[in-house]
Amino acid sequence: MLSILTKYGTLLVTAMGQTLLLALYGLLFACIIGLIVGIMSVLRNRFCRGFALVFVNLIRGVPLIVLAYFIFFGVPYFCNTILKIGGVKLTALEAGSVCLALNCGAYMAEIIRAGIQSVDVGQMEAARSLGLPYWRSMQRVVLPQAIRTMIPSIINQFIITLKDTSILSVIGFPELVNTAKNVVANTFMSFQTWGIVAIMYLIVILLLQRAAKTVERRLKYESR
Amino acid sequence: MNPDKVKIRVEHLRKDFGKLEVLRDVSAEIREGEVVVIIGPSGSGKSTFLRCLNQLEEATGGTITVDGVVLSDSQKEMNRLRERVGMVFQHFNLFNNMNVLRNLMLAPVDLKKCSREEARERAEKMLERVGLTEKARAYPRELSGGQKQRVAIARALCMKPDIMLFDEPTSALDPEMVGEVLEVMKELAREGMTMVVVTHEMGFAREVADRVLFMDGGLILEEGTPEEIFRHPQNPRTQDFLNKVL
Repeated sequence: MLSILTKYGTLLVTAMGQTLLLALYGLLFACIIGLIVGIMSVLRNRFCRGFALVFVNLIRGVPLIVLAYFIFFGVPYFCNTILKIGGVKLTALEAGSVCLALNCGAYMAEIIRAGIQSVDVGQMEAARSLGLPYWRSMQRVVLPQAIRTMIPSIINQFIITLKDTSILSVIGFPELVNTAKNVVANTFMSFQTWGIVAIMYLIVILLLQRAAKTVERRLKYESR
Repeated sequence: MNPDKVKIRVEHLRKDFGKLEVLRDVSAEIREGEVVVIIGPSGSGKSTFLRCLNQLEEATGGTITVDGVVLSDSQKEMNRLRERVGMVFQHFNLFNNMNVLRNLMLAPVDLKKCSREEARERAEKMLERVGLTEKARAYPRELSGGQKQRVAIARALCMKPDIMLFDEPTSALDPEMVGEVLEVMKELAREGMTMVVVTHEMGFAREVADRVLFMDGGLILEEGTPEEIFRHPQNPRTQDFLNKVL
């Protein structure tokens, strides 16, 4: 075990960095997609609601690995060979980020929709009755309350997405699992290598949960 | 204040929720400084009528005129109307994510009615008026029902409305807290605020109302002074209702 750590330690840590980078990009765009689609699904407008419904169901109905192959291989092929645009090429990081953003975004949208709907309609009515416009009421009154109830589910989704980065090893992105595979191929020490990888994921996720608890505690409404 | 001036005129108001007809044909006038109390059994359309007055419900038919202006579905005008028409809800609906002071200051500051300092000053004055100065920093969940409702009234008053609507303001309160809320409302009535109150507090109606409307089945079946309605109800439905609740 020690020999792996001394010889490949830096490599694995760098790979973890890549994993985190990919997760960060994915989550960042997932939050944006989730917020937009989530809000669309509570609007009165039927087209907005319809779009949100189709998007969420489409993404939820396709396995992440299929989405990854489709975006990394399928989309450039479609552009170059069928549309004859030529030169369209996605790096593994770009394709990976898009996959995670779409996948996590769809789940986030559902979390955000449920969060908004969990806020009593009286809150919106009270804000409107004071003359605040719809979006302003959403922004100042409904969303802050919704976000508080959403935090645990969002953290859960973050953790799932962080672990899902490992699936993107299939498109050749040099994240932790992909790198570990190479280490095993060189050393044949699969027990030690995968053990180390598991512990690395565990540590990062425990830290993330720790941070989440702090955020949750900070968001309690009490006079201080 | 001019007691002959009509503040709100409602003509042939109708409201359906799908197949359910909640308001069938309601016409009424509310004059400046008048306190109108609406009574009637549950499901008679009282609350819906009130909610139509500040367009929380969109009417299916008929017209509502406030200060001579017919209400339309323009969002901008709707927001402007609501600034002048305060509303107090059965379940208080204080903003749970803000302390009392911020509840009071949100709308005036956000809608640029006044500076932050002026809003704070007014908020503190309104809190004093409802006797809750010491609760300025408290969050809604730390207040009792009666206190919440008094804050809700103060919040509405911070917008300097000239009409106040009360939707069963004491129905969700413990009995011993009803008094403190009614006291604030009586005070407001004495100062000449135009008020429309949906309530089951017959004592309040008798004492404070200038006029009482009895609603049932989406219609105003009878209206008159408290004396006329409570002593000599004409409509058999009114008589029946009053026999049950008094």
